[in-house]
Amino acid sequence: MSSPKEVLFSPLFDNNPIALQVLGICSALAVTVSMINTLVMCAAVIFVCAFSNLFVSMLRHVMPSSIRIIIQMTIIASLVILVDQVIQAYAYEVSQRLSVFVGLIITNCIVLGRAEGFALQNGPYMSFLDGVGNGLGYSVLLILVALVREPLGAGTLMGYTLFLSVNDGGWYIGNGLMLLAPSAFFIIGLAIWGLRAWKPAQVEPAEYEIAENVQYKEAI
Amino acid sequence: MEHYLGIFFSVIFIENMALTYFLGMCTFIAISKKISTSFGLGVAVIVVLAITVPVNNLIYQYVLREGALAWAGFPDVNLSFLGFLAYIGVIAALVQILEMFLDKHVPALYTALGVFLPLITVNCAILGASLFMVERDYTFTESVAFGLGAGVGWALAITALAGVREKLKYSDVPEGLRGLGITFICVGLISLGFMSFGGIDL
Repeated sequence: MSSPKEVLFSPLFDNNPIALQVLGICSALAVTVSMINTLVMCAAVIFVCAFSNLFVSMLRHVMPSSIRIIIQMTIIASLVILVDQVIQAYAYEVSQRLSVFVGLIITNCIVLGRAEGFALQNGPYMSFLDGVGNGLGYSVLLILVALVREPLGAGTLMGYTLFLSVNDGGWYIGNGLMLLAPSAFFIIGLAIWGLRAWKPAQVEPAEYEIAENVQYKEAI
Repeated sequence: MEHYLGIFFSVIFIENMALTYFLGMCTFIAISKKISTSFGLGVAVIVVLAITVPVNNLIYQYVLREGALAWAGFPDVNLSFLGFLAYIGVIAALVQILEMFLDKHVPALYTALGVFLPLITVNCAILGASLFMVERDYTFTESVAFGLGAGVGWALAITALAGVREKLKYSDVPEGLRGLGITFICVGLISLGFMSFGGIDL
């Protein structure tokens, strides 16, 4: 049995839900254009993930396994409705910019994946920590992407100007690519490369071994 | 008619579900190693999207939206906050029904799609398409065109990625980038390619 500290912090880098488990990339990348949207989204995912894990874990002995997916979906959807209503009430502008992506937390594979993979076998306290940890692991990567995209794309961070753009009489010419969808893929790809260079245990085995380059004469 | 064709093609190329909105990315990355399996999954997504989006549209128009229950005698009821629960319920139920129907009547298709059908419930592209349909206030016919187009676009994108990845496994990729990393970068490049459709006005 692993310690609470391990459960909470190992998803950050050692077992990151996005970089290693390939979960929950879906709903998130489009929100990383600006830092504020990203932070709101991260808070929402941490909340939903932690509490869905908690409730699923509390119900795990009374749930018939044949209908457990539907029960889990109902729990998750109710939590997401709660989050969505709160965001609409207190941060209406952000909720407009996030548009459908708050709703898509329902189908975020991290939430269901952790409920299935962890909460069904573990007690409520550990499951709650696991939910928070995985939410944080997701947030780390998202914040990293937003930290690259917003300053390079628009010259701002959280709405404050870092580099004054040419249009306002400054010197910075915004990098349009960073505002477009593909840049998020490139940044995540490179971030995974960085993470794996740091922790080589995560490198995937090669499917094909490439033969050594043979000199023309040796080949004959 | 032109209007509906416009919606259909723009959601395939210009607003592709997978490459512009990042929807259905988990399955998109996980099940794109072989062309044949990803094509099967693509077909399943087309079928499910073409059914669920119009059905959710009907539920939105006649049950959930503000004043929609006027036909039942409740003109001031607004149930739109129940949307998420209703849509995901419809999707889960429809996938289940589709699975049972195919099992009984079209066993060949069932064996081809079998593994993928349950996976589709948690595919964000399906729920995402329903939510976009609500946000953009599509009528029923528009939602049929939108659902079908979204499915075709997604299927096209995953088959294209599988084609790239099948060739990619023979190439010499730096160690840390192997597998997931290089796949992300390939998706980025494909997505850049699809952006060249962006200026087209339908």
